[in-house]
Amino acid sequence: MYSYIGRRILITIPTLVLVSIFIFTLQKLLPGDPILVLAGEERDPEVIAFLREKYRLNDPIPIQYFHWIGAVLQGDFGISLRTNQPVLELIKEKLPVTIQLAVMAMIIAMLIGIPAGIFSAIKKGTMIDYIANIIALSGLSVPNFWLGIMLILLVSVNLGWLPASGYQPLFEDPVKSIETMIMPAFVLGTALAATLMRHTRSAMLGVLKADYVRTARAKGLYESVVVIKHAFRNALLPIVTLSALLFGELLAGAVLTEQIFTIPGFGKLIVDAVFNRDYAVVQGVVLCTAVGFIIMNLLADIAYLFLNPRLRDQV
Amino acid sequence: MRKLTIAAMMAALAAGVAGGAITGASAAELRIGLQDDPDVLDPDQSRTFVGRIVYAAVCDKLVDITPDLEIIPQLATGWEWSDDGLTLTMDLREGATFHDGTPFDAEAVKANIERSKTMPESRRKSELSSIETTEVTGSHQVKFTLAAPDATLIAQFADRAGMMISPTAAAEKGVELGLQPICSGPFEFVERVQQDRIVLKKFENYWNADAIHVDKVTYLPIPDTTVRLANLRSGDLDLLERLAAPDAASVKGDSSLSYAEAVSLGYQGITINVANGEMAKNPLGEDPRVRQALELSIDREALNQVVFEGAFNPGNQPYPANSPWYDKSTPMPARDVEKAKALLKEAGYDKLEISVQVANNPVQMQVMQVVQAMAAEAGIDVKIKATEFASLLQAQSAGDYQGSQVGWSGRVDPDGNIHQFMTCEGGINDSKYCNPEIDALLNEARQSTDNAVRKVKYDEARKVLSKDLPIVYLYHPTWIWAMSSKVEGFTAYPDGMIRLENVKVN
Repeated sequence: MYSYIGRRILITIPTLVLVSIFIFTLQKLLPGDPILVLAGEERDPEVIAFLREKYRLNDPIPIQYFHWIGAVLQGDFGISLRTNQPVLELIKEKLPVTIQLAVMAMIIAMLIGIPAGIFSAIKKGTMIDYIANIIALSGLSVPNFWLGIMLILLVSVNLGWLPASGYQPLFEDPVKSIETMIMPAFVLGTALAATLMRHTRSAMLGVLKADYVRTARAKGLYESVVVIKHAFRNALLPIVTLSALLFGELLAGAVLTEQIFTIPGFGKLIVDAVFNRDYAVVQGVVLCTAVGFIIMNLLADIAYLFLNPRLRDQV
Repeated sequence: MRKLTIAAMMAALAAGVAGGAITGASAAELRIGLQDDPDVLDPDQSRTFVGRIVYAAVCDKLVDITPDLEIIPQLATGWEWSDDGLTLTMDLREGATFHDGTPFDAEAVKANIERSKTMPESRRKSELSSIETTEVTGSHQVKFTLAAPDATLIAQFADRAGMMISPTAAAEKGVELGLQPICSGPFEFVERVQQDRIVLKKFENYWNADAIHVDKVTYLPIPDTTVRLANLRSGDLDLLERLAAPDAASVKGDSSLSYAEAVSLGYQGITINVANGEMAKNPLGEDPRVRQALELSIDREALNQVVFEGAFNPGNQPYPANSPWYDKSTPMPARDVEKAKALLKEAGYDKLEISVQVANNPVQMQVMQVVQAMAAEAGIDVKIKATEFASLLQAQSAGDYQGSQVGWSGRVDPDGNIHQFMTCEGGINDSKYCNPEIDALLNEARQSTDNAVRKVKYDEARKVLSKDLPIVYLYHPTWIWAMSSKVEGFTAYPDGMIRLENVKVN
């Protein structure tokens, strides 16, 4: 088993190399010259020439790549072309923000999605089921940005309950931090809640038909015990897998939500960097995200080994 | 015992509330919503409009402007041109200091000008290119010697080229100064979280501290105009810049908010590729009559009404109609579809297809859609090419376009709105329009310090340019600020800056 884990780790190395090449070259294929943006409105040719030289943009792309990857391996991600801040510092600053948003959104999604899914499975074909389905469908169909702006208008402007946008670090002022994050997390969480609800419902429906549930009922157990202890526990496995997958989607959804609520996280960082052709930042952020995904995958693979004895025999 | 604890807690709570109230009253804070996140905070390396808004509080300049664009003293208290226009002597303010305690004097000015002119990363070189030498002629007096007369220099000192940074900090930090700017303005830099906030606090040793009534300023970049306004309404902002024109009416009708506006120094228009490479070889690029037909097909007033609800200023010149430099003899032509068709026919076309690139944001897209609908009636079929801004700029500079809908943020001196676009060697002349007559007129206008002489030259140039039309000007934006009614003393300036002198938060 350990040799399997070792091999899995080794495989990630060529994956990472490929990812880094993709990030680097795809970005260079984008039209738009970063130096023209950087040179300012006047576009002084002398400044343009100097900046091209300084950021090695005159070198052939493979040489530029080796320069970048060489520095990255030594922990130097370069500096932001736009603000001169070190990219690594920016990543350290923004990552916790997006993780906080994602975790809060996930909690909201689970709190709404899972109970709703269970109820609509138990009450299949009743009014409750239909209402839950309609709500879920709306959650999936309403665009994030629209819901976001509507919530700002209602909750912040009309009712004055929560700040309209902005961010406060969690450890500086936990209450304020949660206040500023709750609306964006809700917007992000509702769409996921709908997905979770649908999957919970179908998993529960499958399990509720199983023989052991019938046996449990035949033993005369309370319906609540049957549902929670016997049915839900078994339905939970695919839901856990799905939740892990949705976490990736959350990061993507954060891009839009962070724009609306002006949250200085990863999503906003990357959007601004792409528009400004801030190469070093785009490369750093995307590489970080890719590494994150690869590690998650690796952990999932290893976790399966521990959870499923049959897999252990195969490797 | 328990009672005692509760009593103690209540006392502590009351003290806390009272303490909070006291600091709340004495520490006046102003939260300002910006449309974009500023770039690097070093006046020499800076390139964005929004960055200048922050400098207006952090960095004093040699001179400043009034809302009527007159040049007034700031760090320079007086100045004098020599008769030949080749030397400029400036007297400097005594008693001003930089935020790090370094005194402001003639040596500091010399170091600043040298940094702007020689630092490889400096974006200010072209603005100060006329300065040959800077001499320290007294502890608080400098003399600039120019290579050729340059009437625009004083106006350059009213912007980033005239911003003074601490020479001590500049020597120590080099290009990294942009992470923590140290100037001599009314507020000093505290911290910046990229894309989130820039925090400043009042500089106690400011030479004009009596005019500053705010203790802390926080700039919050909020790009979405709806969200920015929502933040103002909810009380999370005290002031915002660039209110969307369609929201103006609702702000004016809200008693808890107030409103300010100023016609900007800049313009928006369609730059036409007349000689920038192969792409210029088309009827629009080669025949001025086609460009005239395009101009005549457009009803600029209707454009202003449809897209900006009448809040902006239609225009056909590099300067708005309220500018002293506006040429009254070439006024904005009224829309004339018949004449446009006749001009097209004269040029040999009944119908014509042209392509115009535009930045892919909703407002500029709408502008081009209105132009497209109007031009179609004159037989000009405008193909709109929506392009993301960095790509648009590249295509424009490389000559890979027929028409390009872009604008210019505007400069205090008229030269800044025309010279570099219309002269053969102009740095941002992307249409590559080249006419020796225009070169001569614009160069002469630049060299005279007599405004009456300059005006005659600009007017003469206008007469030619209004026929050649390398740029079809469309409108001049209006800067619109919205603020809480608690904010008092705000003055609107045509350069779009937020000057905090005399601003109070009640």
